[in-house]
Amino acid sequence: MVVEQIVPEEIVYQRPRSLVECATHYCPGCTHGVAHRIIAEVIDEMGLREHTIGVASVGCSVFAYNYFDFDWVQAPHGRAPAMATGVKRVLPDRMVITYQGDGDMASIGMTEVVHAAARGENITVFFINNANYGMTGGQMAPTTLPGQKTTSSPHGRDVELAGYPIRASELLATLEGAAYVVRRSLHDPKNIRLAKKAVRTALEVQRQGLGFSMVEMLSICPTNWGMSPNQALQWLAEKMIPYYPVGDYRVSPSVAQLKV
Amino acid sequence: MPVQGRVVISELYCKGCELCVGACPQEVLRLSTERITSKGYHPAELAGEGCTGCGICAVVCPEAAITVYRQVIRRSTAAVGA
Ligand SMILES: Cc1ncc(C[n+]2csc(CCOP(=O)(O)OP(=O)(O)O)c2C)c(N)n1
Ligand code: SF4
Ligand code: SF4
Ligand code: SF4
Repeated sequence: MVVEQIVPEEIVYQRPRSLVECATHYCPGCTHGVAHRIIAEVIDEMGLREHTIGVASVGCSVFAYNYFDFDWVQAPHGRAPAMATGVKRVLPDRMVITYQGDGDMASIGMTEVVHAAARGENITVFFINNANYGMTGGQMAPTTLPGQKTTSSPHGRDVELAGYPIRASELLATLEGAAYVVRRSLHDPKNIRLAKKAVRTALEVQRQGLGFSMVEMLSICPTNWGMSPNQALQWLAEKMIPYYPVGDYRVSPSVAQLKV
Repeated sequence: MPVQGRVVISELYCKGCELCVGACPQEVLRLSTERITSKGYHPAELAGEGCTGCGICAVVCPEAAITVYRQVIRRSTAAVGA
């Protein structure tokens, strides 16, 4: 005989400990918040809260240091991978992460991230690609799609004039020093779970000293895209993913053997 | 009977973005028209019965505003006639 005993209830999900108990300044629905949440969850699950140092960038996520409950420093625009290099070399036993937007990392900071990856610095970059400069009012970024309207490309990005968008993951994946470079998306529950898994793998790569890791996350900017958050998720799925396919762009042989 | 759950949504964090409303497979979430948070948003709330505690709303919430509870059913095999 099978006996069913109903125990009142258990907590299935609660706010991660690695997030400070304060409201953020992000716009309603902005998936910077989802990226923050999954990074905090992984840091909790891996027990790394006391051993992690974040390097914040310039952009909407500049106040990341106020929202994550571990140590942070703040880098000049685009320089987070250079600062992270210094922090990691001085304190090699800490987990060192950067959190950067596409304007920060793929425009003014392209040099720093390319060379950090080329040197195989044992740091982890979280790269949030929302196809524009959010903080400064939605201007065209290196990641803005062909034809996409922004405040500085009001008739849509003209590739004859402004060139084509940069696929940062594919570009960094060509570098020998990069151990783990993947793109994920934050537009639905399944993809958010896959993004979280990639965050976990990237931090495991760093923990084992296997080299440079980056997780690119496609993200929405409903305010500057001029859409509701739910419409923006759909726009991401329909417009961004065809140009920026999710996938694993570099998984070095040592990383392929990792069990996460 | 399906497993029952419930969610508690923090008014400190919720910004009424509706991402959870759009993602809930049971369609039991809505924005409150009665309440307003200190930041001026209508927070999300459970609209009725039917939450299964699946946690999908918490996966999409950018504010980590949702706590999810679920009833636990423990099945054990008892010896007959004991
Ligand atoms: C040296 C310097 N140049 C330009 C700026 C102006 N600026 C601030 S944030 C930003 C870009 C932000 O875009 P992104 O990195 O994509 O982040 P988002 O705000 O979209 O999250 C720019 C150009 C600055 N603060 N410092
Ligand atoms: S401007 Fe865009 S990227 Fe910045 S917080 Fe608002 S929605 Fe997010
Ligand atoms: S997803 Fe989160 S912030 Fe948005 S309405 Fe639901 S509970 Fe509120
Ligand atoms: S736990 Fe699942 S069923 Fe309950 S409100 Fe959230 S998404 Fe809907």
